[in-house]
Amino acid sequence: MIANLPNYIFFFLAFIAIFFAIMVITAKNPIHSCLYLVLTMFAIAANYVLLNAQFLAIVQMIVYAGAIMVLFLFTVMLLNLNADSEPVKSNLMKFAGVIVGGTLLLLFTAALRKSIGDAEPVMNSIPMQIPNHSNVGLIQNLGWVLFKDYVFPFEAISILILSAMIGAVVLGKKEKVQLSTND
Amino acid sequence: MWSISNIANWVNEWLGKNFSAAWVTVFEMVIAGILVISLFAVLGLILVIMERKVSAWMQIRLGPNRVGPKGLLQSAADTVKLLVKEAMTPNGADKFLFNLAPYLAIVVSMLLMAPIAFAKDFMLWDLNIGVLYVSAISSVSVISILMAGWASNNKYSLMGAMRSGAQIVSYELSAGLAILSIVVLTGSLNMNDIIRSQADGWWIFKGHFPVWISFIIFLIAITAETNRAPFDLAEAESELTAGFHTEYSGMKFALFFLAEYVNVFIVCAIGATLFLGGWMPFHIGHWEGFNHIMDFIPSSLWFFGKTFFLIFLIMWFRWTFPRLRIDQLLNLEWKYLLPIGMINLLLVTAMAILKWHF
Amino acid sequence: MGASSMIVLILAGLAFAGGAILVAKIITKTTTNPQKGEPYECGIPTHGKTWIQLNVGYYLFALVFLIFDVELVFLYPWAVVAKKVGWLAMGEIIIFFGILFIGFLYAHKKGALEWK
Repeated sequence: MIANLPNYIFFFLAFIAIFFAIMVITAKNPIHSCLYLVLTMFAIAANYVLLNAQFLAIVQMIVYAGAIMVLFLFTVMLLNLNADSEPVKSNLMKFAGVIVGGTLLLLFTAALRKSIGDAEPVMNSIPMQIPNHSNVGLIQNLGWVLFKDYVFPFEAISILILSAMIGAVVLGKKEKVQLSTND
Repeated sequence: MWSISNIANWVNEWLGKNFSAAWVTVFEMVIAGILVISLFAVLGLILVIMERKVSAWMQIRLGPNRVGPKGLLQSAADTVKLLVKEAMTPNGADKFLFNLAPYLAIVVSMLLMAPIAFAKDFMLWDLNIGVLYVSAISSVSVISILMAGWASNNKYSLMGAMRSGAQIVSYELSAGLAILSIVVLTGSLNMNDIIRSQADGWWIFKGHFPVWISFIIFLIAITAETNRAPFDLAEAESELTAGFHTEYSGMKFALFFLAEYVNVFIVCAIGATLFLGGWMPFHIGHWEGFNHIMDFIPSSLWFFGKTFFLIFLIMWFRWTFPRLRIDQLLNLEWKYLLPIGMINLLLVTAMAILKWHF
Repeated sequence: MGASSMIVLILAGLAFAGGAILVAKIITKTTTNPQKGEPYECGIPTHGKTWIQLNVGYYLFALVFLIFDVELVFLYPWAVVAKKVGWLAMGEIIIFFGILFIGFLYAHKKGALEWK
């Protein structure tokens, strides 16, 4: 039982993640959706810890649970999304939604099938191997890799962030004209 | 010589002799839980009476002086008062989120206790990314505030929560940059490594000018992050009655209040660990004799002494500076602290590489 | 104690908050009256809905914060090894900050960091 413990924890966390992900899209209130999303993010972060990728788990929490959720909550509060102000969706929109969702599902299924095919030997060797001794996710190694192999991508990220910042400023300035303000 | 880690080891050995390994783990978890809960309660009591006494002293008045010797039992009496007050939920509130928010606030401040080294070899979780863990967990605390403010169905609460959110997230950046400067100097995110790197002097002494700037930025940032005056816009009494917890009463309010004070303790403990050496006694370079004398003072006393000194500083701020407006607050962060923090990080890096620190 | 301390702390937090609220609930006396559940807005009757549209400024700051937060996350692995790597780390971070500083100046110049 003890040997299987990581497996059980994984299935528990996966269940939580999927359950709250469903809650995100079924919740009536947008704020509730946001908060369910936080729980989903936490479950995923815990799964990263299980894979010994602590840095990734922490980043998941800082960026998603901390920053992006605050942004989402602010946006929801800003836009004043209520049940009565929800725009009516036309049939065309619904049709487009179905197509996009279906394509995404197809893509995921294909990726999953491929990965299962590749990982056949691993999948058979349940209980899952938790790489306790590997240092793949440790921050020191990440830092070294950042200097050895990924110096250029690291700098490229700053340009990406720069473009995101310019985009944010442009968007924000444009919205300011259209929306009335009250605080 | 007694020390907390000896007692912990002794308890561990005693349990190991009398019970099987699984039970030892369970007992230790229970003991840890009880210890943390009592620390929580005691901190709340001490910090509230400390705040009132310090503010009285700053304003040349007596402060609470009726309950107990010199009024020291005042916060215990306040706790009883809050316990017998009715905790009501307003009609229009989102009942579930309204009641959930205090739990979240308490759990977040509990979780922040994990990587703090209270004494030599005495911490709950010797995490190899301790500093990062603290930034991650504390970034979640803003969600409990937004939740409380939004669920209350009160305009004051909502505005307080939004201001508080904007403020906390903004100052997180400066706090992060200040923490990073120490990480650059030590090359580790582990709290124990950071403390041990200060065995020949605390960073505030070893690091000269750039570390002083980091320290000041860190102090300003944590004052803002814990929503304390002069950055207490979130609950500016004269504008928003009580900010995000306007609608909370009784024990639910008390829990928010407690979480706020415990957060002050935690951020000060982090500050003490990073800049003032945590439990590390006051050491000067290679003065072996002097260092040895300093080692006689227990490490837990050093830790709590430094932490309470920082808490005192933060209380001092409250009675010294007038409250900022929200535009001034955001200006201070985005136009001054953030660029200064970034440039300072470069300075610290240059210093670390050139080994200009002692 | 390791990662199990997180479980201990979460349970301790829930037990503490739950216990306090439960005790308070048992020993307090509840009363009801029609005005009690109304929002507390200093005695003036509440006007309009609470969940109103808020200032767009909050959104803008949250957006800029998000970008800087991502930048900060990238700095942690860098900071851990910076001292050992030496001047290469310094050069790398100067370029990184330099590019970001352009964005910062742009946002500053466009007035995005101005509270309105």
